[in-house]
Amino acid sequence: MSKTILSVDDSKSIRDMIGFTLQPKGYDVIGAGDGLEGIAALKANKVNLVVCDLNMPNMNGLEMVRKVREDRSFDGIPIVMLTTEAQKEKMLAAKEAGAAGWLVKPFDEAKLVSVVNKMIGGAQ
Amino acid sequence: MNPAAESFVQESRDILEDLEGIVLELEADPSDPKRIDAVFRALHTLKGSGGMFGFATLAAFTHHFESAYERIREGKAAVTPELIQLSLASRDHLERMLDAGPDEDGTPATDPATAELVAKIEAMDNSSAPVSAKAANCACFTITFKPEPTALRNGMRPELLIAELQELGDATVSVSTVDVPLLRDLDPAVCHLSWMIELETAADRDAIDDVFIFASDWQIDVQQVEAGTGSDLPAPASSRAESVADSSKSDTSDAARGAQKTDSVRVPSHRLDELMDQLGELVIAQARLNRISTDLGDAGLSSTAEEIERLVTGLRDATLSIRMLPIELVFGKFRRVVRDLSTELGKDVQLSTLGGETEVDKNVIDSLTEPLVHIIRNSIDHGIESPEERRAAGKADRATVAMRARQAGGEVLISVTDDGKGLDAEAIRARGIERGLIAADQDISEDQLFGLIFEPGFSTAKALSSVSGRGVGMDAVRRVIDDLHGAVEVKSVKGRGTEVTLRLPLTLAIIDGLLVKVAGGPFVLPLSNVEECVELPCDENERQSGRSILRIRDQLVPFLSLDTLFGFDRIESSERRVVITSVEGRRTGLVVDEVIGQYQTVIKPLSLYHRGIEGLAGSTILGDGAVALILDAAAIVRRAQNALKSAA
Repeated sequence: MSKTILSVDDSKSIRDMIGFTLQPKGYDVIGAGDGLEGIAALKANKVNLVVCDLNMPNMNGLEMVRKVREDRSFDGIPIVMLTTEAQKEKMLAAKEAGAAGWLVKPFDEAKLVSVVNKMIGGAQ
Repeated sequence: MNPAAESFVQESRDILEDLEGIVLELEADPSDPKRIDAVFRALHTLKGSGGMFGFATLAAFTHHFESAYERIREGKAAVTPELIQLSLASRDHLERMLDAGPDEDGTPATDPATAELVAKIEAMDNSSAPVSAKAANCACFTITFKPEPTALRNGMRPELLIAELQELGDATVSVSTVDVPLLRDLDPAVCHLSWMIELETAADRDAIDDVFIFASDWQIDVQQVEAGTGSDLPAPASSRAESVADSSKSDTSDAARGAQKTDSVRVPSHRLDELMDQLGELVIAQARLNRISTDLGDAGLSSTAEEIERLVTGLRDATLSIRMLPIELVFGKFRRVVRDLSTELGKDVQLSTLGGETEVDKNVIDSLTEPLVHIIRNSIDHGIESPEERRAAGKADRATVAMRARQAGGEVLISVTDDGKGLDAEAIRARGIERGLIAADQDISEDQLFGLIFEPGFSTAKALSSVSGRGVGMDAVRRVIDDLHGAVEVKSVKGRGTEVTLRLPLTLAIIDGLLVKVAGGPFVLPLSNVEECVELPCDENERQSGRSILRIRDQLVPFLSLDTLFGFDRIESSERRVVITSVEGRRTGLVVDEVIGQYQTVIKPLSLYHRGIEGLAGSTILGDGAVALILDAAAIVRRAQNALKSAA
């Protein structure tokens, strides 16, 4: 069974970019528009990895990481943060809260694939 | 001499013996970099350990000897007849130095003979200036890391990081479990482990840091270590050691192995056999103790008996592991075999090996060389095409023979795969019919057909060559593997190649057996031969020459009665069962009076007088002190078949 990646981002173009990049590599990609939707999606699906933006309406990335890590049923699901160089502080806070890794924007497709593979060891 | 020095002398003599062979081979083929490396490694080991065991003179002399080969390795000098001559003389000189024993006061001494040889070596070097350190292209790192306790919850996967490190080079991974709490305090989602990895890699520090890029909050320590051998040698030596290890990736790094050897103990193998023997007795005594304690039902005795059982099991595993050696020892020999054979037969073949670290019982290792030689010979001689044929078939000129080993449960699987033309099923069928092994119209599966190549006297080679084609090869393979309680399988795709797989038990000393009774006496059948046990049908009247046929799930299986075969009187019993054995891919039933159950069997050899009896593989002592004979199912079936043939 292929692994499922959840992309949490308020920008549809980023979600699409993640989907278009990872689907050909054998991953299933689902999307959510903010942290609240993201947690709902985590509950509804068996997700193997979350790629999560920092700045989002309703519930931002940092809050989402905290919520996810509070819930023991999500243990073991790595969260990769999408950040920019300028958000270093927030990124470290997210790491502290339990994010597993990060991708610094702008990133290319190869970088995204390599980080996802590194985290969960490939699509199979 | 102290025991450590003695062991050094013993090891060094082995090295010098090998060295002579290698130097002679080098004379025949002066440009072979592998041999040059081999000489270099041998000398490096001598030099490294010599200093540590008080042979400083020897170490100093070896340093000069080694320098000469270093220049050759770097392409600054060539192998000349003078060098070969000088190498042999130096080798003999080293032997004399070993005979003389360690230096009295631990400092290098000079004597005229040494000085003369050194002068000659240096004259060959033209410049006696020490070779400048080449940039080390291979480095050793010791990496320790302890993930954050929350790492697993956060989805970090330490095993993936370790896998990434392993991709960088040769990694030895060890895990520390000291921080693992008691079971009642254990939270399975919290990471309590830490790891230490010794990594030998051509990659640099940055590549290692990259692996841990998302693990910056862990306790990580990366240290570059010098791969020196612990003696006070000049710096270039250690960087050379690293480059040797690098250039000989396919070989196991002898330099590293040499370093490991210094903290291991060499023990004569008969002492191990003695230990095994005693342990076997202990296992038996322990089984007896268990029986008595069960009979008595005393709680104190039972718990002691249980504890002893646990200790004996631990002791058994530990002792068996002493006897385990990496199969690389066998694989190593084949580089030469493949090289020589391919040269002789005008074929271009490379050998690749995988899983050389798989460990196998020493006795199994000792018996493996011969069958593997036969298999490899057959592959190269019959399987692999000439470079022209290969080109015509659209294959690479250079053929590959791959030897792979891996452990699967209690077995070791060793496979030899070639990318040659594969087995010719039609030719095998024709030959089988010609030899009377199968009937002309016999419907036979491909597996069974390929199995024919292991029959005595079978050979389809069109012309006899000096290498194979004498038809004594593959049946010898099966005989040896049978003796080891193993099995041989062949797979082949025409035009694509052939794979021969040997399945071997991990150890020969203790097997899992099925304890049965025949005519009141206990016997053990190796469980590896047993497929299942079924009820004996009441009407046994389809009897033909002592053999009967049983229908099991729509397959006809012949069976024999062990009591008849052994000449016992039949004891009528309602417990009579048929044990279905699988030997060489054929199923045969053996009728026994009673199946008692699985039994861990410590194999004892039969006395010299009884050893030749066909059908017996050994004996064992049961928990109650009774002796049970271990049956050799393959030989019993063979004997019955021969009896049948001669009757017909």
